[in-house]
Amino acid sequence: MTGAELVFVPLGAVALGSSVLVVTTDQLVRAALWLVVALGALAGCFLLLAAELVAWVQVLIYVGAVVVLLLFGIMLTRAPIGRSVDLDSGNRVAALVVALGTAGTLVTVVVGGFRTASIDLGDGSAGSAGTVGAGLFRYWVLPFELLSVLLLAALVGAIVLSRRDIGPRARDGGED
Amino acid sequence: MTVAGVLDVVLRLVLVVGAFLLLPLLVGQLEHKAMAHMQSRVGPMYAGGFHGWAQLVADGVKFVQKEHVVPTAADRTVFSLAPAVALLPYLLVLAAVPVGPGLVAVDLPAGLFFALAVLSVSVLGSIMAGWSSANKYALLGGMRTAAQLLAYELPLVLAGSSVVMAAGTLSLSGIVLAWRPWWLVWQAAAAVVFFVSGLAELARPPFDMPLADSEIVLGPLTEYTGLRFALFMLAEYAGIVVLCALTAVLFLGGWRGPFGDASLGPIWLLAKIFLLAFVVIWVRVSTPRLRSDQLQRLAWLVLVPMSLGQLALTGVVKVVTS
Repeated sequence: MTGAELVFVPLGAVALGSSVLVVTTDQLVRAALWLVVALGALAGCFLLLAAELVAWVQVLIYVGAVVVLLLFGIMLTRAPIGRSVDLDSGNRVAALVVALGTAGTLVTVVVGGFRTASIDLGDGSAGSAGTVGAGLFRYWVLPFELLSVLLLAALVGAIVLSRRDIGPRARDGGED
Repeated sequence: MTVAGVLDVVLRLVLVVGAFLLLPLLVGQLEHKAMAHMQSRVGPMYAGGFHGWAQLVADGVKFVQKEHVVPTAADRTVFSLAPAVALLPYLLVLAAVPVGPGLVAVDLPAGLFFALAVLSVSVLGSIMAGWSSANKYALLGGMRTAAQLLAYELPLVLAGSSVVMAAGTLSLSGIVLAWRPWWLVWQAAAAVVFFVSGLAELARPPFDMPLADSEIVLGPLTEYTGLRFALFMLAEYAGIVVLCALTAVLFLGGWRGPFGDASLGPIWLLAKIFLLAFVVIWVRVSTPRLRSDQLQRLAWLVLVPMSLGQLALTGVVKVVTS
């Protein structure tokens, strides 16, 4: 085993363990904090796979923005310290089926698509900003632009839904 | 790795830790004295004899002696972890700041993204402190911290990206090498946006809504005492040092100076850091605190458009000159 592999295994274990804790802990805010640990460990895995840029973007966007947004949302509504007994949902089985199905599909697709692909971990330029940028804007421009349109549509949708004055009128008319 | 190589790494890390412990104290002392003189006072005069130079050492000793109090209803683990989460990221960022040609503890190819990513983690410390204290003022402060971070993260990253586009590299050393004096004009808007957003991320006045001592006691820090409180204070001043160092490296040419050879590099960088730190203190003394709606308005209606305009300008100039 090389040094990178020696570090990769515990990092992967941390990522997996904390992800399980995110969904099993019965303390709401701690679940979000475990998510930070999981995302951080994942960033570490990216680093070991020579994907430096992806690792830092992962920390910047997910830990720095998404989890902060989550925590803000939790604190805005309710953020009890200690255990919450009512966190278990009746949909557990359905959620488990959906999660396993999604994971199975993703793993099958990725393994099928990249079975023979390999990168040389000793070559630091494989995941550098230059390589990622060149690949993105030379070969994958269309998917990249499609994704940005999708995000823009989601953004506009969120604004329309959240603004009462331009959104659809409440049908029952009883509120406000 | 040879013995010399290991010694080299150890020496660099020791220097970084030394700077991390010393520079925030110097900035703190500068704040004591500069703020006092701006308000027609003399500030600390007794500790250490000469103009109260040892005041912060005395403060540190005082903090160490104080009792640790953890509120009964608090989440003990998160409460104890929060100061470390707030402080350590700044140490990591400081290790990536180049202080001279080839003089950098860890030279990362994507250094700027590393710095921005790690900086955003330290804000989690304040949010954790605010929530785990089981105090309504602390919780309000934590929420204000989160709202402020969300608003100012975007202009910060956009302003940084503008320099990256201009220099054509994400590496902090590479940006300093590519820097030219006329960038002071070209990247002026980005520099202002970066510095102001950085101040807001640190929750320094006039962006100290999350702490707002006249409204919510001391926000997330309300319940902290003794050494843990001191660590949060250290994090604030370490944050100033890191923000000033990053601004100097990105927009003011880092270790490059108008005269003298490369060996003067660290001195030029220190001079720029302390000049910017003085501006941070000056702003604190001279501007009133912004309300939360004014904060959001400034971020979304002034800083974001400014940084987008700067990005467009950078792109146009880059295409025209290349």
